[in-house]
Formats: sequence, C-alpha cells, structure tokens
Amino acid sequence: MKLQRTNRLRALSVGALAVTSALVLSACGSDDNTTQGGDSPESAASGNIECQGEGNLLASGSSAQKNAVDAWVQNYQRACPDTKVNYNPTGSGAGIQEFLQGKTAFAGSDSALKEDEVEQSKEVCEGGKAINLPMVGGPVAIGYNLSGVEELVLDAPTIAKIFDTKITQWDDEAIKKLNPDVELPATKIQAFHRSDESGTTDNFTTYLNEAAPEEWPYEPAKAWAAKGGQSANGSAGVATNVAQTDGAIGYFELSYATGNDIDTVKLDTGAGAPVEATVENSSTGIAAGKIVGTDGDLAMELDYSTKEEGAYPIILVTYEIACDKGNKPDKLEAMKSFLTYAASEEGQDQLAEIEYAPIPDEVITKVREKIDSLS
Amino acid sequence: MKIADTIAPPPQQELPPQAPKPSKSARHRGDRIFLGLSRGSGIALLVIMAAIAAFLTWRTANALAVNEGNFFTTFDWNANADPPVFGIAVLAFGTVVSSVIAMALAVPIAVGIALFISHYAPRRLATPLGYVIDLLAAVPSIVYGLWGALFLVPHLSGLFYWMDDYLGWTGVFDYSGGAARSLFTVGIVLAIMILPIVTNVSREVFLQVPKMHEEAALALGATRWEVIRMSVLPFGRSGVISASMLGLGRALGETMAVATVLSPSFVIKLSLLDPGGGTFAQNIAAGFNEAGDVGRDALIASGLVLFVITLVVNGGARMIIARRKEYSGANA
Repeated sequence: MKLQRTNRLRALSVGALAVTSALVLSACGSDDNTTQGGDSPESAASGNIECQGEGNLLASGSSAQKNAVDAWVQNYQRACPDTKVNYNPTGSGAGIQEFLQGKTAFAGSDSALKEDEVEQSKEVCEGGKAINLPMVGGPVAIGYNLSGVEELVLDAPTIAKIFDTKITQWDDEAIKKLNPDVELPATKIQAFHRSDESGTTDNFTTYLNEAAPEEWPYEPAKAWAAKGGQSANGSAGVATNVAQTDGAIGYFELSYATGNDIDTVKLDTGAGAPVEATVENSSTGIAAGKIVGTDGDLAMELDYSTKEEGAYPIILVTYEIACDKGNKPDKLEAMKSFLTYAASEEGQDQLAEIEYAPIPDEVITKVREKIDSLS
Repeated sequence: MKIADTIAPPPQQELPPQAPKPSKSARHRGDRIFLGLSRGSGIALLVIMAAIAAFLTWRTANALAVNEGNFFTTFDWNANADPPVFGIAVLAFGTVVSSVIAMALAVPIAVGIALFISHYAPRRLATPLGYVIDLLAAVPSIVYGLWGALFLVPHLSGLFYWMDDYLGWTGVFDYSGGAARSLFTVGIVLAIMILPIVTNVSREVFLQVPKMHEEAALALGATRWEVIRMSVLPFGRSGVISASMLGLGRALGETMAVATVLSPSFVIKLSLLDPGGGTFAQNIAAGFNEAGDVGRDALIASGLVLFVITLVVNGGARMIIARRKEYSGANA
C-alpha cells in the first residue's frame, strides 16, 4: 500500500513538473509565427556588415518584430561571430521596462515611448534620453474564412461594424454593396479579436477609430474595447481559429495569413482601386505618414485615412528604442554596428521576404543618420 | 496490496504500533537531526505561504489605490488605461462556473473508474488501467489546451445545438451558433484534466475499505452492487470528497488550457454555451506580457482573490472531512 502511494505521488509530481515547464515555455512565444519563424533567406549576402565591438548584446521587447530581428541576428551573427545578439520577445511593455531599468542595450516596441517614459529614461541615459527609431513595418491583414468567397472588399465603417458585431451576417446589405459581383452566403459572421493585450490590437483599433470614428467610438488601446465577438490568445491563436471556422474574420500580421493560407480583405480606402494587404502597399502606406518626434526623436504618426493609390493603411510600425547619448560604453559599438546593419538597404530588403514592410527611404535615411550619431 | 486482497488482514494490523518514548538521554543524533529537518520543513512551508500572501496583499493594495472602478462589481478589465478601471466579477464567475462544470462531469466518472479498478476489473486489466490513468496526469496542460482548441471545439457544435434544442428553454444551455469556445467547453477540458487525480485518490480510498465489512455484507446475501453501496461508498465518502477538492484546486488554477480554449470577453452571460467569460489564471496569462506597472498589480490583485477562493474551498473540504473521523483521505 505504502509503495503504491509513493508511486502515485511521483507520477503526480512528474505531471506537475511537465505542466510547469509547459507553462514557462509557452509563455515565451505567444506571438511566434509558426510557419515562417526565423526563416531567413539563405541568399542574403553578409558582405556589407561592419563588425564593431564584441560581447553580449541584450535586447527585449515587441514580439511583433521578433521574426525580423531574428533574421537580422542570424545574418549579423554569421558575419560578426564576436558579438552575440540576444533578442527576447517579452512584449513591448516588458521590453521598455527592462530597458528603463538598464538591463538591456535597446528595446523593441510597437508604440513610441510616452512622455513619462522618456523622462524616466534620463536616469539610464546619462546626459541624454531615449529615442524611437522606426525600423520595421508590419502590415496587419484582415483575414477571413468564407467558403466560396475568394475576393472580398470592405471599407473602414463596414469593418468597424463587423468587429463591433453590428453586422452579423455575411449577406448584409453593406457588404453586398461593396462586393456587387460576389455571391455572399447567409453565414453568421464570427469576428475574432485578440484576448491578450497587444500592439496589433492597438494599431487595428487606432485605424478603425480614425478611419471610421462614428462606427468605432472606442478609444484605441492594447486591450480590445468592444464587447462582442470571439477572442483568442496571440496572433497565432486568432489565425488558427479563423482558419478552422467558417464565417470567421480576424486581424493579424500578414505572415500569419500567408502561413495559414487565409484569404485577406482588400480595403476600399477611397483610392481608385481596393488596396490589398501586401508588403509594397504597406511601405507606401507608411510613407503617407510623417515623423512627429522632436529633438532627434523619430516617432512616426501614420495616416490611417490615407486615400493614396496603393497605400495600405493598417500598418504596425515597430521601433527600436535606445539612448541618444549615454548608452553603455561597452555595448555602444556593438549596438551601433547591429542597428546600422538592420537599417541598411540590405537589412531592410530582407524584411520583405518574411512579410514585413521595409521603412520607406525618406524615413530610413534619417534613422541611419541618427544611429550614426548615437553615443 | 495484492496480499491484502487474498489474506484480508483485519484493518487494525495496518496501523503502526505506538513506539515507546525514548528517554531524553537515549536520543540519538539521527533523531535530533531528523526532528530538526522535519520541523524546519514545516516552518518553511508556513513562511513561504505567508510570504506569498504578503506579496499578493502588498501589490493588491497598490492596485486598489488607483482603481477607478469597483474591484468586485466592475465588468471590465482596463488596468493599463488611464485612469485604470478593473473588476473581478467576470473572472470570479467564470472561474467558479467552469470548475463546477468540470467537477460535475469528472467526479461521477472518476468514482466509476475507481470502483471498476478496485472492485470489478480483473487484476490483469486493473493494473494497466491504473497506469493509463497515471499517464493522463502527466500530459502537460498546454497539450490539453491544443487538443481542446483544435479538435474538441470544431466537433462540439453538434452537441451544443442538440443541448440548445432540448434544454435551451432554461437559458443556461442557449446556443446561438459560432465556434464552441465557451465556459462549458473549458469545463469539459478541465474535467479530463482533473480525472486522474480524482480517480487515483478515490481508488486508493476504496482499496482501504476493510475486507471484513465487505465480507460481512456478502455473508448477509448482498449483491456486488449492494456491497459497494453499503460498505464501500460510505467508507470512502470523505476520501472521495478530499479527492474532488484536490481536483477542484487544479481546475480553479488551470491556466494554459483555458487560455487556449476559451474565447474570453468581459461579460457574464446566462448561457454557458455561448463564447465569453474568463477565469483568473487565464486573464493573468493573457494580460501579463503587455501590462504596465498598474496592470501587473491589478493582475496580482486578481491572483489574491483566486488564492482566497482556493483557501475557502480547501477549508470547506477540511470541515466536511473532519465530520467523518473514521477515515480521512486528507490525512493519508
């Protein structure tokens, strides 16, 4: 009897251990892209990378730019084996906090620093402050799963109504009007949003709020503000659910749409033709925005209601955040060298191959100048 | 145990004989060291629990100081907004409801399996079956979550429509279509997850029923079922209750499986089949990555509430068990 009990306890504790480790493991990769993960193109030459500095370069933050950073790190590491770059996709909030505590050399973030965060940064950046460097653009695609419908055009007010569960059937008049040639089934719409807080949600709801303020009265935020619809954890969760549910619609980074074979909505932005979610259209979309940061800061404001031809307006611009002056002297050289590569033509071109959007020329030149002047 | 089955010694013999107390001088060094170690472990446990409670309380105080909503009645969780507004009503409801569903589904089945293994199954079948149950306990929760989200959810709509047809009038089983990612689905997944704990503990308890009782019942001409009803179940009742409480504890705190299966939203619906709701652990897992300072404190505050709920549930179970002193699974 005794023997039996110990066995049982052992089995239980093994189970508990497995559960804990699964928790720890799964906590890290909520935004992992399952299909494209760190799949950097082998063709990318690593010839133009200037290696400087050495040692460990720690960074953390946005999980939305994880795959981009991973691809850069892979190439950079091949050219500069003396520097070990370690990017931990903890989420923007945690990344900024770690940076402000001086634990990391730079942070990745889905949104520019807030004023009080800049103020706080003066403690870690001796004689300087933290600045935002736009480095990666990510198109947020609206994916749908509707059997028999391979092309779908929607505009901002309709999307807002769908995600606010004001439109509940696919054969609704508003959708029919935008798609006169498509036969829409009378399927119930199931709108999926993120259940966790996310920069993707922040961006998507900012778009809805600016392009359709009447239909989307909610304040844009990382947490989903509306009440209806379904939700799922992480972009991967939303994409998986859209892929397996007929009548579903959801938003996620473009790579998840391609990875899961999900059709994406073309946006009627008021331009001549509906705009598809592609890497090129997103870069055009970013170019419609402008830099609003002052005093050397390069924070951007996007124009979500742009009507420019071929400009896709739902874009996530993610930043690297570093000190303009007062970076840690032993990390400075390595960081500058890595960021220079990331902002270089080569580094940016690489983004398009993994479904991210390169930052347009006029902005990235300023980023390059800024990186050069970091001290 | 196998010997016990065949020889059936009277239960008194299983009790360890009372050891004679050694005089102080005769105490060995080993005794003192062991005493110190075990006393130290006991104290360490209390210190750890106190430290967790203190940490939770302190961070909770920080969060509550800035909360603009009512912590208990607000149906919203905007802890990172300015001003922060959050409340645990939806989470408490979802946590309790999903766990209760899990218990309602799992406990009868678990007791059935335990009885089958202990009293019905031939020994050749009972042993492997026991191993399979143990195996179920070793599957990581994220695997249950993925199974639930990718396999169970797409296959549940049919059952839900059926329940809606026959029980929809109650309101509780009203189903308006859509992916079946509701509290009820979570309850099903949780039920499978707590099955092994409840089964194993119940089985152990049923095996400890004194053979004399069973044989006495048989001698009176009772059938197998009457033996179980008259001697096994009454003897094992408190043990089954404490087994269920162990399972309930796991169900209340389950995180990844719930986060993967449920479609959370901050509303309380009468219908258990429509998506929506949330649980404490799921909300913490979903919110922690992107939370700011206040957001983290708020999540920790919700953790404190879960801590208290678990404490109350365990306390309640202890009280029920204490009423029946003959056998207590919690003391085993």
